[in-house]
Amino acid sequence: MTAVVVDKLTKVFNQGRPDEVLALADVDLTVGDGEFVSLIGPSGCGKSTLLRLIADLIGPTTGTVTVAGLPAAQARREQEYGIAFQQAGLFEWRTVRRNVELPLELRGAGKAERRAKAEQMLELVGLSDFAGHYPGQLSGGMQQRVAIARALAVQPPLLLMDEPFGALDEMTRERLQSELLGICAKTRTSTVFVTHSISEAVFLADRVVVMSARPGRITASIEVELPSRDEAGRQAPVYFDKITEVRQALRGISTGPRADSRAEA
Amino acid sequence: MRTTKRALPPLIFGFLALGLWEVFVTLGRVAPFILPAPSAIGAQIAEQWRNIGNAALASGANALAGLIGGTLLAVFAALAASRFRFLGEVAVPLAALINALPIIALAPILNNMFESTSSVPRRLVTGIVVFFPVFLNLLRGLREVDPVHQELMRTYAASGWTFAAKVRLPGALPHLFTGLRQASSLAVIAAVVAEYFGGLQDGLGARITSAAAFTAYSRAWAFVAGACLLGLTFYLVTLLLERVAMPWKQRLIG
Repeated sequence: MTAVVVDKLTKVFNQGRPDEVLALADVDLTVGDGEFVSLIGPSGCGKSTLLRLIADLIGPTTGTVTVAGLPAAQARREQEYGIAFQQAGLFEWRTVRRNVELPLELRGAGKAERRAKAEQMLELVGLSDFAGHYPGQLSGGMQQRVAIARALAVQPPLLLMDEPFGALDEMTRERLQSELLGICAKTRTSTVFVTHSISEAVFLADRVVVMSARPGRITASIEVELPSRDEAGRQAPVYFDKITEVRQALRGISTGPRADSRAEA
Repeated sequence: MRTTKRALPPLIFGFLALGLWEVFVTLGRVAPFILPAPSAIGAQIAEQWRNIGNAALASGANALAGLIGGTLLAVFAALAASRFRFLGEVAVPLAALINALPIIALAPILNNMFESTSSVPRRLVTGIVVFFPVFLNLLRGLREVDPVHQELMRTYAASGWTFAAKVRLPGALPHLFTGLRQASSLAVIAAVVAEYFGGLQDGLGARITSAAAFTAYSRAWAFVAGACLLGLTFYLVTLLLERVAMPWKQRLIG
């Protein structure tokens, strides 16, 4: 079963008004089971809009979104995905453990089950020792890890992330990237990851989907196969080649073999 | 150690101010009906402390009953007004109208509605006075929800009431306590002043008016001091409650 199928999706904001915006035009995207897809593009290219459409936080103008074989609205109601944003968005009045428990609580899970799951997820993100802390006592990176643990708490088949490391410093960001890959591999979660960092997109993803703005559309889809996803992977020539390829795709220079990289867009 | 250091400056300032007051009254030969000396007021407090205590208990009970009743009503009203758009639009101007009424001036009317031995009128006045700051502050807090929280709760497919109970209300607690801090002092003022307009005469307000009527000015001031202390107690208890109710704020400071 495919994790996400986006079919001929169009999104118009403020339809019929003078400030009408065509945010997404005719977008098709398929995310395979267990696949990690990065969405990258300039600001205003509609990558966050696409993620919100998959999450059914907003509705499409035309076209359909299918998540885990279900229409997007139903998939949302059945918590078929977990989501994390640029702001951790933790509930400051709940301890770290009770933040992670919240999605389970709203699903009606029992107390013992909630606690066990939360402990398990906190161990996954390496924060077991901080279960009793309040979010305000944690650093930004730790808060973001809690948010990821919370997104994974119901063990959804799909993880949606909207620039989750965007507000973090470079070192924390790289550490969390590696942790995220480990978690996704362990839990076999499919992931759609929105970012505006080329290196982040290439390092994390099996496939980098490049978007362009006005109107938002998908312009390239670049498969990435690194020898390994660790420090060595970050030094590999393939890694730098793929970064170049994505950068050129972003600039509108035709992708593909390097030979025609000079061609005008 | 740190608390002593922090308490020292205001204490020194307070004693200095009292000393200056004493000197000013004695040297300036200020008539006691204009301003009695602190020593005279102190003597009255020592003499009347049992009466002051009893009157403060009566006024305190009225203030507390009004505070609790008014707060409960305000919390339910704010919850309803934040939940239903129509109610919200109607409630705010209505609350502003109630607030514009000189509530204290209702006291004589309310006193006539009930028997002269009833404490209800004073408690009603207090409750109405308390309602407004609690309602408005809490409503503002309930409406200010972090957009990320809003989206998250949508992804959890949470119902409106679940959202209110798990996110809106706890998120609005700081606003609730801002309102309560104002309300706690107002409650004491309302409970004391309501007695100026008749009704049962067993509280601080009645003692102050009767002492003044008998030209016992230092005694009147002694009861004013009692009212001041009562208001301070209410305020401090509210601060304490705030700390207990929001442990996540406390841990940040500690």
